[in-house]
Amino acid sequence: MTAAVPAAVFENSMAQRTLACTGCHGPQGKSGPDGYYPRLAGKPAGYLYNQLRNFQEGRRHYALMEGLLTPLSDAYLKEIAAYFSALEIPYPPAVPQSATPTLLARGETLVRKGDAALQLPACVQCHGLALTGVQPSTPGLVGLPRDYLNAQLGGWQTGQRKAGAPDCMATIAKRLSDADVHAVTSWLASQTVPMPSNPAAHRPPASAGTLAMECGSAP
Amino acid sequence: MSTRHARPQWVLWGSAALILGAWLWIFWGADALHARTDVARRAASTGTAGTLTLAQQLEEGEYLARIGNCGLCHTAPGGAPFAGGRAIATPFGAVPSSNITPDPTHGIGRWTADDFWQALHHGISPEGRRLSPAFPYTSYTRVSRADADALFAYLQSVPAAARANAPSGLAWPFNTQAALALWRALYFWPHSDNGRPADRGAYLAEGLGHCTECHGTRDFLGGLKRDKTWAGAVLPGIPWYAPSLQKTEEAAARSVADSVALLQTGQSQWLGTSSASGPMAEVVLHGTQFLRDADAQALARYLQSVAQAAAPATAHRSEHPKTGEDPRAARLYLDHCAQCHGKDGQGQAGAYTALAGSRGLLMDPPNNAVLHVLYGGFPAATAGNPRPFGMPPFLLTLTDADVAAVLTHARSAWGNQASSVSALQVQQLRRTQLSH
Repeated sequence: MTAAVPAAVFENSMAQRTLACTGCHGPQGKSGPDGYYPRLAGKPAGYLYNQLRNFQEGRRHYALMEGLLTPLSDAYLKEIAAYFSALEIPYPPAVPQSATPTLLARGETLVRKGDAALQLPACVQCHGLALTGVQPSTPGLVGLPRDYLNAQLGGWQTGQRKAGAPDCMATIAKRLSDADVHAVTSWLASQTVPMPSNPAAHRPPASAGTLAMECGSAP
Repeated sequence: MSTRHARPQWVLWGSAALILGAWLWIFWGADALHARTDVARRAASTGTAGTLTLAQQLEEGEYLARIGNCGLCHTAPGGAPFAGGRAIATPFGAVPSSNITPDPTHGIGRWTADDFWQALHHGISPEGRRLSPAFPYTSYTRVSRADADALFAYLQSVPAAARANAPSGLAWPFNTQAALALWRALYFWPHSDNGRPADRGAYLAEGLGHCTECHGTRDFLGGLKRDKTWAGAVLPGIPWYAPSLQKTEEAAARSVADSVALLQTGQSQWLGTSSASGPMAEVVLHGTQFLRDADAQALARYLQSVAQAAAPATAHRSEHPKTGEDPRAARLYLDHCAQCHGKDGQGQAGAYTALAGSRGLLMDPPNNAVLHVLYGGFPAATAGNPRPFGMPPFLLTLTDADVAAVLTHARSAWGNQASSVSALQVQQLRRTQLSH
């Protein structure tokens, strides 16, 4: 039997070292095939590092991640985060969503303007006008599977996912109704990621009436 | 609860309780007498802090706390160092580790050096309560008074954390003082001579290093079998197998240099690369990588003597090696494993385990090999191996039958001769929670 064996050329590289990551997160960390494992490539290094620490220190829970990260040093976590952050890989086109136009419109409103009555700040206020994240520690929200976004907001609502205190996303998620979660994640998942997809250098200037949020993981 | 229809049962239980009570009375008495004697002795103790200055004592204490891995158990994930709260799995329930920071209310801020010595050496709290042997005073009883004092001085210098201790997760009757008295009578012998020992390696391995607590075989009451101190054991709660340090086909030391490399870097290059994995990777990461060279050498020499003491004439291999060629398993191996571990199981020097002749792969029970395939993993990122190469998890991509087939293949290819792995074994290990 002489079937095609994958070329076993060993490289002394970070790509080789992180095969343990890309097995689920896809080649070069450009997100997994099953629509759940999030993209790593091009995310802010501070954000990726914070997540690695969150898994290691029990603020995020996923048995496979926790087991993999347990024997790693802080310096190595930083290097892994920097490696994936520096990868510039084009995003695939967005997956069409089955949500109604009304729901998508509500989602877009929440993302761009927030809802003052519900004390919900606009997503763009922290995640950047292009929603590709803000350096050094705020992630982009576009280019992520809807199931993944739903699971994260749900996790913050129940306390299953936490970030460094004060945990602004926990506060925000708890103010979202199920319908609003659905609206926001449907709209975000329907967006095609702009190119270039690099995180913004700064947050947009705060406009009048902007709801201030304290975020421990992205001060 | 009505007792009207349960009279015969009550008689039965009553008799059982009486017999148990009589036993406990005897053991309790012996244990209490022993504790009292020691309290008197320690009151007379003059202290043996010796000639170290406080700065030297703090430095030595920090080193000892590291190589003894105190912080690994006494720190919850993400919690303040030494503030406790990590659940220590035992066959009888989880025991949360305690706060050993100098907090006066929740920690050990009000303890004296004598109190600390009593806990370490006798497993007795300052209030006179018997401590759970999840805190392995069965090993720490060997620690010298000078080292105990250094450890205490260091722990008193770390930041205090006001974290309250969680209640024990042990079920009745294992959570009672009576049960502990009985257990101690069966399994605990306080060490008699606590001066500086002649054999530094034995002292580190059997004392502060508490190696036998994982590598020793335990009986059904959780006591270490005296004749199987290094015989290997599946860990309680988590199904990793801590291999025998006597058997050449498991993890018996192969050379002093090899043991030193494994302890200090987490990796060995003996006939191909292999790494400490699972809980041992944590032990290396937080503890043994910090061993001073002389201590690593001493420990390695001692492990060598343990290995030689029980080395069989020839390596044991399963009587039922899998010899038939399974084309599907060979295919799975080529598709999923060969890229890193090599077409012929040769591994990759410095990066990936050589599977041909790999003791970790060939051990029985095959738990560690199965857990590796299911959950993947990294070797410890140590100063000597700071950027280790990882293995992806196959939990989501391979079925139980696939994992069993590919492991059976690897355990019988390239000259390997070990028993086959069944899908049932994989299924049982897949269902366990590895996180702690």
